[in-house]
Amino acid sequence: MSGLNDLYQEILLEHNSKPRNFRVVEPHTHYKEGFNPLCGDRILLYMDVKDDVVVDIGFQGSGCAISRASTSMLTETIMGQKIEDINQVFEEVHKMLTEPGAELDVNLLGDLEMLSGVTDFPVRIKCAMLSWHTLKSLIDNSSEPVSTE
Amino acid sequence: MSQQHIKEYVGNKSVEEIRKDFPILSQKVNGKPLVYLDNGATTQKPLTVINAIADYYKEYNSNIHRGVHALSQFATDKYEESRGKVRAFINANADEEIIFVRGTTEAINLVAESYGRSNLSSGDDVIISTMEHHSNIVPWQMICDNTGATLKVIPIDDNGVLMLDEYERMLSSNTKIVSIVHQSNTLGTINPVKMMTEMAHDKGAVVLVDGAQSAPHLAVDVQEIGCDFFAFSGHKVCGPTGVGILYGKKDILENMKPYQGGGDMIRSVSFEHTTYNDLPYKFEAGTPNIAGGIGLGVALDYLVSLGMGNIAAYEKELLLYARQQLTGMSGIRIIGNAEQFGGVVSFVMESAHPHDIGTILDTEGVAIRTGHHCTQPLMDRFDIPATARASVSFYNTKSDIDALIVAVDRVSELFG
Repeated sequence: MSGLNDLYQEILLEHNSKPRNFRVVEPHTHYKEGFNPLCGDRILLYMDVKDDVVVDIGFQGSGCAISRASTSMLTETIMGQKIEDINQVFEEVHKMLTEPGAELDVNLLGDLEMLSGVTDFPVRIKCAMLSWHTLKSLIDNSSEPVSTE
Repeated sequence: MSQQHIKEYVGNKSVEEIRKDFPILSQKVNGKPLVYLDNGATTQKPLTVINAIADYYKEYNSNIHRGVHALSQFATDKYEESRGKVRAFINANADEEIIFVRGTTEAINLVAESYGRSNLSSGDDVIISTMEHHSNIVPWQMICDNTGATLKVIPIDDNGVLMLDEYERMLSSNTKIVSIVHQSNTLGTINPVKMMTEMAHDKGAVVLVDGAQSAPHLAVDVQEIGCDFFAFSGHKVCGPTGVGILYGKKDILENMKPYQGGGDMIRSVSFEHTTYNDLPYKFEAGTPNIAGGIGLGVALDYLVSLGMGNIAAYEKELLLYARQQLTGMSGIRIIGNAEQFGGVVSFVMESAHPHDIGTILDTEGVAIRTGHHCTQPLMDRFDIPATARASVSFYNTKSDIDALIVAVDRVSELFG
C-alpha cells in the first residue's frame, strides 16, 4: 500500500534506528517532558541555550518510530537556531501535519517534509507532533504538562 | 507439535456458519477482508443480539419494575429473564446474587466502595497482583487511601505466572480482600482462582475474581470457584456495551451498604427515614440499561448454544497455532508464556514499536490492539513500553491467524 511507504520512508526509518542527538544534554538550560499516557510515548527534551541560540539539544525516552524519528529530525533542525526563529518552524510543521494541502515552505522544512506521510494516518499525527509541542512548551517556559492526546 | 490443520468447528457448528451470524465480519477494511483480532478489547455482536436491542426499542420500550401497563410488564419480564440467564451462565445459586452494572469496572468499584469502605481500616491488607488491569488496581488504591489499609501485590515470574509462594506469605489475618484477575488481558495467563480463594478464605478474607477476560472464553462456575464476588462485562461476551455483571454471595451482599442512592433501590423514602430494597435491587439505583441487559441475555444464549467448553477448545487451537507461528519468526518475543492460558497472544518485536506494528497491520485489514492494555505496572515488570496483542474469538479462523503472520512479516520487511 502506497500510504504505508509514504509513512515509513527510508529516511524516517533511518532516524528511528539511529536517532540523532539521543542523549542527555549536560549542562542544559531547558528541559521538558512530553507524554502521551494512552499510547505511552514519552519524550524528554533537553536544550542548552546561550545568547538566545540553541547551542545543544538532545532527547531521551521511548516511543514509536514516528515519534522517535520526528524528535530526531527536530533536534537536527533546531540545533544552532535562534530561539526567536523556532516558532516559525513549529508553525510550519504544525501546518504540514494538520492542514493537508496547505502551501508549505519546503526550504524551511528540509528533511522534515518526510513526516508529511503521517497525514494519511490521522491517529498517528499525535505521535509526530509530541516532540514539537514539547519544544514549543519549552521555549514558552510553560509549566503545563505536554501531551498531544 | 505442528498445528497446521485446524478443524474449524465449534462443537457441531462450523465457523463458516458462525461467521454468517456476525454481519460486521464480512466487510473490507483498507481494501482487505477484515481480520478482527481485537476481541480482548470488545467482541463483535451476533445478529440475534442486534435484533434484540432493536426489538426492545421498536416494540416494547418502557421503564421496568414500576409500570402497571402491558409494555412495562413485558420489558420487566424480559429484563428479569436475562438476569436468570446470567445466573445460569456462571452457575450462581440465586437470581438475587446477580447485579446489573455498567461493566467490570463499575462492579469492582461497587465492591471497593461498599464492602471495602465498611470493612477496611488501618492495619488491614488488600491483595491484588502484578497482572491486574487498571480497573482492578485503582479502585483499591482509592479505598486504601480512604481507609488507611495497605495494598499488597503478588509478583509474577518471567513467564507471566503468579508466584503463589509469595501470595501464601502475604496472606495473614490482616488480609481482608483479595481481588484477582481470572485470565490476564495482556498475558493470557489463567490464574488458579479456586485454590487462591481457598487460601484467602482460610485467613478470613473475601475474594473478588475479575472475569472480564475469562467469561468470554471458558466455562465459569462461581460456586465451584467459591469466590465471594465475580465481575464481567457484557460487551466482551458478544453483548452490548454499557452493561455488566457483579455476582456476589447473598449473605455478603445483604450486609453491604448500597453503592448509589436513588430510585428502584429503595422500599420507602421519607425525609426522616429510608429503607432499602431487597437484593439485587438495593444495588441498582436508577433506570438501568434495559436494552443492554436484555441484549446480554441473548448474547449468553448464543454462547451457551455453542458451548463454552467447545469455544475454549477451538480458541485454544487457534492460539497455539498463532503462538507457534510467531515463535518461529526472528526478532519476536512473546510476552506471557504460562501453561494455562487463553484469549490472547502478546508480543514485541526487536525492530518495531507496537504502534508501528498496529498501523502496518491495519493497512492489511488486521485489527489488533497495541499499547499497555491498561496494565502499566505489568509493562514495567517486563520493562517494555507496550505490546502488540492479538486476541481471538470463536469466529476467528486459521486464515485470520495466517493474515496476522503475513502482516507481521510485512513489518519485519519494512523495519528490518
